Amino acid sequence: MSRRLIVSTIAVASLAFAACQQQARQQTLNGSGATFQKPYQEAAIERFTALHRNITINYSGGGSGKGRQDLADMVVDFAGSDSPFKEADLAGNKGGEVLYFPILLGPVAVCFNLEGVASLQLSAGTIARIFQRDVTLWNDPAIAADNPDLTLPAAGIVVVHRSDGSGTTDNFTKFLVSAAPEVWRLQSGSTVEWPAETQAGAGNSGIAQIVRATAGAVGYVDLSDAKASGLPYARVKNQAGNYVEPTVSSASAAGDGIEVNDDLTFSAVNAGGPGSYPITGQSWVIVYANQADQAKAAAIQAYVRFLVGDGQELLPELDFAPLPPGLQAKALAQVDRIRTS
Amino acid sequence: MLDLTGKRAPGDTAFRFVAAAAAGLVLLILALIAITMSARAVPVFQSMGLRFFSETRWSAPEGVFGALPFLWGTLFTAAIAIVLAVPVSLGVALFITEVAPRWLRKPLVYVVDLLAVVPSVVFGLWGVVVLSQFFGLGRSFLTAGVILAIMITPIITSLAREVMETTPASEKEAALALGATRWEMIGAAVLPHSAGGLVGSVMLGLGRALGETIAVALVIGSALGRITLDPMAAGYSMPAVIANEWGEAAGLHKSALIALAVTLFLITIVVNLIASAVVQRSMRKSRGL
Repeated sequence: MSRRLIVSTIAVASLAFAACQQQARQQTLNGSGATFQKPYQEAAIERFTALHRNITINYSGGGSGKGRQDLADMVVDFAGSDSPFKEADLAGNKGGEVLYFPILLGPVAVCFNLEGVASLQLSAGTIARIFQRDVTLWNDPAIAADNPDLTLPAAGIVVVHRSDGSGTTDNFTKFLVSAAPEVWRLQSGSTVEWPAETQAGAGNSGIAQIVRATAGAVGYVDLSDAKASGLPYARVKNQAGNYVEPTVSSASAAGDGIEVNDDLTFSAVNAGGPGSYPITGQSWVIVYANQADQAKAAAIQAYVRFLVGDGQELLPELDFAPLPPGLQAKALAQVDRIRTS
Repeated sequence: MLDLTGKRAPGDTAFRFVAAAAAGLVLLILALIAITMSARAVPVFQSMGLRFFSETRWSAPEGVFGALPFLWGTLFTAAIAIVLAVPVSLGVALFITEVAPRWLRKPLVYVVDLLAVVPSVVFGLWGVVVLSQFFGLGRSFLTAGVILAIMITPIITSLAREVMETTPASEKEAALALGATRWEMIGAAVLPHSAGGLVGSVMLGLGRALGETIAVALVIGSALGRITLDPMAAGYSMPAVIANEWGEAAGLHKSALIALAVTLFLITIVVNLIASAVVQRSMRKSRGL
């Protein structure tokens, strides 16, 4: 009896020991931040962890601001963010120097719900006038000027924007600041001072839902949500003067026309080039250059290399555009700067 | 003098210590919340001064932060909720204590208390789907007020019921003996006796209504700068704007949201303190102490 007890105790103990050893080799990476890049993170994690069974990766959303704050406080291993750290906030980063890895480009679509109108062309100035309520009717001369071949109804415009702070709002308003500076007054940010007589929806899907339910509504959502909603979306006039539909390839074209800083930060909105879609946003993964743990540094390197490298082929299916080759090469080269001090 | 406690056993000492520590911890946590929050709210007051409370604009890109419309939205929706919830709650409480047959009281109490444990996000989603879409109330002060009214009804009802039950049977019987109808008896004995407690219960409901976040954020419409008496207008409240904008806020914007939280904290503390003081006093009075 007691012998059996001893044997089974040893068996349990050795199992537990084996589990602990397994645990030691197992690496877990935690990230949080932008919801914009979340579909890519999810697809990439699935593919990556199938290849690297000893690495577990969690990416929780929460918004770019939360991701940057979590990284600053060192509660996550990497942050997802649609915009870089503000210069003033860099001092609060407990882990020192950060590295920016651009991982994708994504178009923001202007979708609408207008009886009898399936396609619409809009210039930056017109979008600015619509969203700050200078233009309140669909048959306004400003909209008609962008659509000479269209008979527009005298319906009222219902503007729908995000109720929550959002990187998508940031990119959308950055586009208006850049492309219609003489018209747009609300400046840019994760949330701006929207006129009171506008509607607000939570998240991309919240906007899409209100636009679909409201006659005469117009809102901005990322391309995959616009497609999922079945709503039509506008072709937007770019710097070269062409009205361009938001697609993976027009967002890629925007990527070719951007100017990238040395730290790989940039803004993809209002990019040059004849075929580029002007409301194109970007998203980064941000990590600390100096890592405390060798094994963790290796795991981060492997995952980031996958995100900017092999994982890029997952993007088009998710309605995101891969990095242009030049930028991708720079990002890959930067992976080696993640190291233990 | 006779000492019934006897010698202090070590268990007693330990218990005293643990209990006192627990009580002290609660106060400590409250104080720490107040201190750290206030400290982080300082930057926005350095930038805006007391204009923070009077400014009607809220523009994060420009660094202009005014709490007034949010303050208005919070108070207005809470007021709508009180107006709607108080008659219903008092009616339910009176029905349970004075009118309903005895066998119905327990189940009624149970059902009303059940309303109090429904998570607020469920109320919010129900508000979006049923009130604003099906009944066409839209996203507005009124929709938020109705949701809040439903949420605070069980709180007010159960407190009001307990207060009403303290009415001495002798007073009720005296009124009835003088030929009062049941309604007259309620007016002459129950309501005067429990007036203080009823005010307290309403104020506790108000405290809940002021701080409710998710349900309100879902249905209030998130419209900036609205200070209006039109209940059908979309607006904004303090907790809702904090919940919506916190995730992406940075710098001064964050400080402004914390300042909103501090303001809300102070308002709810004051409301709750007044409420508990009123309730305590009426309870003492009703026990004839």
